[in-house]
Amino acid sequence: MTPDPTKRPRLAPGCRLNEKSQPSRVLLMPERALRLNGPSLEIVERCDGNHTVQQIVADLQKLYSKAAPQKVEQDILGYLERLQEQRALDFE
Amino acid sequence: MNTISNPLALVAELTHRCPLHCVYCSNPLELTARSREVSTASWARVLREAAELGVLQADFTGGEPLARPDLTEIIRAARAAGLYASMITSGLPLDEKRLEELVAAGLDHFQLSFQGAEEEAAREFSGTRTHAQKLRVAEWVKRHRIGFTLNFVIHRGNLHQLDDMIALTEKIAPGRVEFAHVQYYGWAFANRARLLPTRAQLDRSLEILKKAEERLRGRIKVEYVVPDYYAKYPKPCMGGWGRKVILVKPDGDVLPCHAANVLPGMTFENVANRSLRQIWEESDAFQKFRGVDWMPDLCRTCDRREQDFGGCRCQAFLLAHDASTTDPICSLSPQRGIVDAILRDVNAAAPGAIAPETTAPGAATPPAEWLYRPNPE
Ligand code: SF4
Ligand code: SF4
Repeated sequence: MTPDPTKRPRLAPGCRLNEKSQPSRVLLMPERALRLNGPSLEIVERCDGNHTVQQIVADLQKLYSKAAPQKVEQDILGYLERLQEQRALDFE
Repeated sequence: MNTISNPLALVAELTHRCPLHCVYCSNPLELTARSREVSTASWARVLREAAELGVLQADFTGGEPLARPDLTEIIRAARAAGLYASMITSGLPLDEKRLEELVAAGLDHFQLSFQGAEEEAAREFSGTRTHAQKLRVAEWVKRHRIGFTLNFVIHRGNLHQLDDMIALTEKIAPGRVEFAHVQYYGWAFANRARLLPTRAQLDRSLEILKKAEERLRGRIKVEYVVPDYYAKYPKPCMGGWGRKVILVKPDGDVLPCHAANVLPGMTFENVANRSLRQIWEESDAFQKFRGVDWMPDLCRTCDRREQDFGGCRCQAFLLAHDASTTDPICSLSPQRGIVDAILRDVNAAAPGAIAPETTAPGAATPPAEWLYRPNPE
């Protein structure tokens, strides 16, 4: 199920980023943890219930302006979908 | 060469005290008394040491973690150390106010264990009336924004209720549900003959679970653990010995897995004497079965050695009386016959039937009565 571009993803209950001060950033969730690197961290940091999917895409297209915008969008939608299947996201 | 990775999860067995008496409890047959439990201050130090060692999550378990009056402080200490704080509970000694305190202290994830889909079954397997209270607890948890998992322990005696368990899950609507087939250690090993499902029951249950997983995708995450006696290859116990998980017992002994104290000749170090890092990196108990060097030739030369690490050491010992042999679950093991014989006995009896009372000794003989786990002093 591709996420609706007008919806605002928010980390689901029990899911949160570890502290900024820690050496590597991870998304902590029930019984698992996901290491986040550059783009995935940029995405997850924006899943705060304030940014719409569209806005996240636009932000990352700006940040990664060397990559093809189509490709950035596809990657983000795919990533959000996977997070939702993990029950790491709610869409509001 | 065995390279040492850092553990990602600390399993903190806070106490062996528990108001329930589950017939499949994974606690050892010899339970630790309250007077020997690790103090609040020592737990706080252990949690800091764990975070320094690279641990991300603390899983508070027991016994019943709520039996510790200082659970709120311990959870606060976990969060202060930068850890994710998760607990699994029967929900029995809990009221709304205490739950609020736990959440305020930073509890991230609440796992509520269920013994069945309704009161009577739950009472038979846990020796206590708890079901109505669990439903109340579920309602309270839903009022907070924390992770929520239902944990159904399933076995031959309650598999026929699987549909009802799924219906109950949908009604409660947690983020996640686990259906865990009993694993045969501790009390479950003693009660195995009455807990192990038949092949037909297992196949049927997997069908139901797969369907539920599909149907609930994106709403409730469905996870299940199958009984490995029916598997072709063993499970990578704890993700490999001394690789991902470090476990601290109620008295502060540090183990690579919850059942390791059944292994003869092993000595475990205690958090009172050494740091978690020293114990993880240097202690004999953690080095003993780490990596591939200890393996019998069969495993050392096998392509799956880094996938299942030769299976579970405790199971090798419990079934084949040798902790350093290939897990007899493995179909390549010359000792797989031990497991097959157990399965034959279980499957020969009519499905669901409980064999008549018998006094003959032997592993496959159903005990006349459930062996209930007691509550330690
Ligand atoms: S008796 Fe039951 S509830 Fe208590 S620790 Fe054992 S399995 Fe858990
Ligand atoms: S032989 Fe050893 S490593 Fe290979 S599958 Fe069996 S248990 Fe695993």
